[in-house]
Amino acid sequence: MRDPTTDVVSAIEVEERPPRLLDRLLATQALWIGLALLGLVVVFSTLDPDSFATTFNVRNLVSDTAILLLLATGQTYVIITAGIDLSVGGVLVFSAVVSVAVMEEMGSESTAALVVGALVALLAGLAWGILNGLLVARGRIPALIVTLGTLGMSLGAALLITGGVDKRAPPRLNLGLGLERWFGIPVIVWISATVTAVLGVVLAQTRFGRYTYAIGSNADGARRAGVPVERHLIKVYGLCGLLAGLAAYLYLAKFAITGVSAHGTTNLQAIAAAVIGGTSLFGGIGTILGTVIGVFIPTVLANGFQILGVRPFWQQVAVGAVLIAAVYIDQWRRRSRSS
Amino acid sequence: MVDAPLLEARGIVKSYGHVEALRGADFTVLPGEIVALIGDNGAGKSTLAKILSGVESPDTGTITMDGQPVRFDSAEHARAAGVETVYQDLALCADLTPAANFFLGREILRPGVFRWLGMLDHREMRIRTRQACDQLGIRVKSQNEPVSTLSGGQRQAVAVARAVTWAQRVLFMDEPTAALGVVQTQKVLDLILTVRDSGVAVMLISHNMQDVKAVSDRIEVLRLGRRVARFATPDVSMEDLVAAMTGARPEENHE
Repeated sequence: MRDPTTDVVSAIEVEERPPRLLDRLLATQALWIGLALLGLVVVFSTLDPDSFATTFNVRNLVSDTAILLLLATGQTYVIITAGIDLSVGGVLVFSAVVSVAVMEEMGSESTAALVVGALVALLAGLAWGILNGLLVARGRIPALIVTLGTLGMSLGAALLITGGVDKRAPPRLNLGLGLERWFGIPVIVWISATVTAVLGVVLAQTRFGRYTYAIGSNADGARRAGVPVERHLIKVYGLCGLLAGLAAYLYLAKFAITGVSAHGTTNLQAIAAAVIGGTSLFGGIGTILGTVIGVFIPTVLANGFQILGVRPFWQQVAVGAVLIAAVYIDQWRRRSRSS
Repeated sequence: MVDAPLLEARGIVKSYGHVEALRGADFTVLPGEIVALIGDNGAGKSTLAKILSGVESPDTGTITMDGQPVRFDSAEHARAAGVETVYQDLALCADLTPAANFFLGREILRPGVFRWLGMLDHREMRIRTRQACDQLGIRVKSQNEPVSTLSGGQRQAVAVARAVTWAQRVLFMDEPTAALGVVQTQKVLDLILTVRDSGVAVMLISHNMQDVKAVSDRIEVLRLGRRVARFATPDVSMEDLVAAMTGARPEENHE
């Protein structure tokens, strides 16, 4: 009799008001960090209007960020489950290397080779992600250790395959996908933005997203409520790996090399973007919108400093400070709300 | 009490390493009754509740429901059989809203193509949560804030409302009043009676003898991992209960 699934919505007076947009916005770190980003943009634009706020520069900014955005989006999912994925940089390099190897084997210039190369990159990333997920969920090994291990393994495997020398991507990939623009915006950015937008909706609006938050919030409670915790964690780490595979292919298209030694701190950049954007390292909290903003802050800082002639090393210092501030705010908010 | 047991556990053994939490425990729930499970700290009450609600599996022993043997390998199995539990730690996700917690694992999806995409029907879930809470006389400050912003009593109310709403056959409550003040405790006790009157059996684990005496129909006593006594609540004195719990009296297991 008290089963609400059989209850008919009986009265108009229970009409529910969805949470007011303004209230929700004010409560999210995404808003504050978004204002900070806006402030940076205004400051840099005012200081050097001829260089910063130009189509050319903005295109560069967005293009530089597109690949990192994919990694940060995957990272956001993982961190919301109260996990972490340190392996993304290694997985990216590995996926790029095997993708190039397969494309070379197939003759590089055929369309089939480029398509198969893309599939290989995605599958390689997915495989590492699922391995991470299996070890974390079924093996009960802390994510920090698992992904530190697979970071070394994937990077090591990539170096074994290449002998430590960067491989070049097929020119047709670099000159095609790498340079192609739609409506003035690089196709790489379109791909990254579309994938990120879809995953943002998935996180906020679907059962998949709901389970992601639930697990990070209280894995035991979620399990008792019937959430398939282990299976879901494997999917989330798999998604993060898959995105690293996609990032690898876009990286090949953009930079034309596998970048075997270029991704030592990629994982930290992705984590920093998510955390700056309000994703809590303790799990249960975070949004893709926040991560999008979080990705842009380091890029805008670097770009702005460069244009103003500030030595670029200051960017690292500034990003580090922003990161610490973001985590401090998160801690402070947790303390103030929990009983 | 000539009814056949609704849920019966026999000879349940459960060890954690070298610690024997349950050593052949028995337990019976009759249809439409409130049965209290009492015992000293470490008697195995919570372990027994976890086994009966599918969170833990027993090492040996049998569980029957309506006379048929059942295996609850996970909380999901138990829930499918109509068994709900209010856990001592509430098992709420603090970062989710009350409605999200209420429907966790049973999300309502939007109709049409959105269902296929797994899209949540937030509005419908909010409305039904509000309705269920209203029906139970539970006021939750806000349906839009995460549970972490609620007081201890409110969180308890959400957890209780969730279990009460979904329970079809049996409701386990592990220390449901532990975090509550006098008024709220009375509310939960009233709620337990309401649930019983709706035909759902209730198993109540509590330290509070007054509460147990006030609402239960029967009392079973667990001591050192075994059932040592069963009483009809009206016939038993506080002294009897304490004596059975502490072992101050020879065992009287009416098997």
